[in-house]
Amino acid sequence: MTNPTSSGVAEASLAPSADSHFSRKGLVQLTLLGLLLLLPVTAYFLGHIYYVNLASRITIIAMAAVGLNLAIGYGGMVSFGHAAYFGLGGYVAGISAYHAFDFTPFMTWPFSVPGSDNLLVVWLAAAVLCGLLALAIGAISLRTTGVYFIMITLAFAQMIYYFANSWPTYGGEDGLPIYLRNGLPLVDTTNTLSYFLICFAGLVLAMAITSRLMKSRFGAALTMARLNDVRLATAGISPYPIRLIAFVISAVITGLAGALYADLNGFVSPTMLSWHFSGELMVIVILGGVGRLYGPLAGAILFVMMETLLGGITQYWQLFLGLVLLGVVLFAKHGVMGWLAGRERNE
Amino acid sequence: MSDVVLSLHQLHKRFGALQATNDVSLELHQGEIHALIGPNGAGKSTLIGQIAGNIRPDEGSVFLAGTDITRMSIAQRARLGLGRSFQVSSLAEPLSVMRNVMMGVQALQSHSFRFWKPVARDKELLEPAYEALERMQLSHRAWTPVSELSHGERRQVEVACALALKPRALLLDEPMAGLGPEGSAKLTELLEALKAEVPILLIEHDMEAVFRLADRISVLVSGSVIAQGDSHAIKQDPRVREAYLGNDDA
Repeated sequence: MTNPTSSGVAEASLAPSADSHFSRKGLVQLTLLGLLLLLPVTAYFLGHIYYVNLASRITIIAMAAVGLNLAIGYGGMVSFGHAAYFGLGGYVAGISAYHAFDFTPFMTWPFSVPGSDNLLVVWLAAAVLCGLLALAIGAISLRTTGVYFIMITLAFAQMIYYFANSWPTYGGEDGLPIYLRNGLPLVDTTNTLSYFLICFAGLVLAMAITSRLMKSRFGAALTMARLNDVRLATAGISPYPIRLIAFVISAVITGLAGALYADLNGFVSPTMLSWHFSGELMVIVILGGVGRLYGPLAGAILFVMMETLLGGITQYWQLFLGLVLLGVVLFAKHGVMGWLAGRERNE
Repeated sequence: MSDVVLSLHQLHKRFGALQATNDVSLELHQGEIHALIGPNGAGKSTLIGQIAGNIRPDEGSVFLAGTDITRMSIAQRARLGLGRSFQVSSLAEPLSVMRNVMMGVQALQSHSFRFWKPVARDKELLEPAYEALERMQLSHRAWTPVSELSHGERRQVEVACALALKPRALLLDEPMAGLGPEGSAKLTELLEALKAEVPILLIEHDMEAVFRLADRISVLVSGSVIAQGDSHAIKQDPRVREAYLGNDDA
């Protein structure tokens, strides 16, 4: 050793004992992601377009839940209003397409903003607007904790819901159709498989960002804010700005999922903004495993499959969803991922 | 005086009819351990709250290294160099010892809005944290979750967390609470070794530790400091004997 400051002992203890071998967790994660990619591709080439769209739906809902999981699971901020960002993202896609289709500007004063049917523009606008909305809502809501935080985030989301409901320009409660799916240069987004692959890329990117973020200094501070905010403050880091930025990132991910969802369905309505959807996202996060990277994906697969399979048999399918949720909360506290992949060990 | 690190200047705090802090002034000098003792209900917790930042005094000021910190948040005070430990251990239990201690290093080095580089291999964070652990003779437990530590070890982690801030002053709130005689003796030794580097304001019930460690002692009764002096003077002070050390000669 030439460097005297890093002796052999220090070197050994400076890193946690890593288990780099292929683990059960890794296998479960790879299987989930692999099936989500391979099944729709297979279905497409067998001509079952319906299943490709179903997979897109699962993917998008999972991505929205990845956003919420960052707030609830990693940040300990139980937001009951994430439908606001999902819906806003959806309306950005819808309104932008509406004006592009009509060749009318979205606004003329103080400067002219035209509509756009380019997905990149739509996504950028959705990300910026959802970020700003979350910054405002978060700045106020994060001054409260616990039940008050849940209620205030719900209240803000409901305000936006009723606003969309009563604004006739963009369809009010009837919603707004998107006649032609927004496009990308060089890609035919109206192709079912292409659009699925775009959604899949979005989900993987959202998960990769979450994973990387939580390993960074910011993630370390956010984890401490969740576990013990007094410790964080005593260590010299104010919890509030850390939480606020995490809340904004979380909302942006959910908002982008909303934009994808509107273009998938060719339709956006206040339903996307309703508290039912906020609740569904929470159910998905809890089903999958709170604070688990692959939890939202596992939860979304389970949720949408139940909705589709049981919903086809009985309209009371949510009774069974309730039973499953009850089972998870009582017997598998760490969700489907905890059950499949084992407990996660912190370092 | 130039070697005053932490000073309280005529602090007052009232909760309704209760005068919890009544004109308290005291100073912590470089190189010393200053113990604050007092019977239950004397207002020690309220006073600590005003130093640490979770309680605002009605009147008076707190200075750290010449800076008025009276209106600063807990986090600002910490970044200026006030390290503290809690009466009841306040650590993130599922996390490793290292992850708890690293937080202070992180705050010291820069803001926490670094989103990309993983901390698990960040030597800038790991090495100072490891050093702080070594000072408390806990480096062999670095990657153990706090939840698996003994009570005594947790108390040592608390101090290590405070040390990671490279503090100018340490505020230790009953670090010996709940320790057996052996653990108490060990921590006493560790603190004694620390004081040359960081002055310590020590709030403690364990009188043996106080008399062994403290260069000066302040006695708080009903919100006021009734006596100040070295351990010999305090032991002799009749008011202290009456208020605190027991009425056994009455």
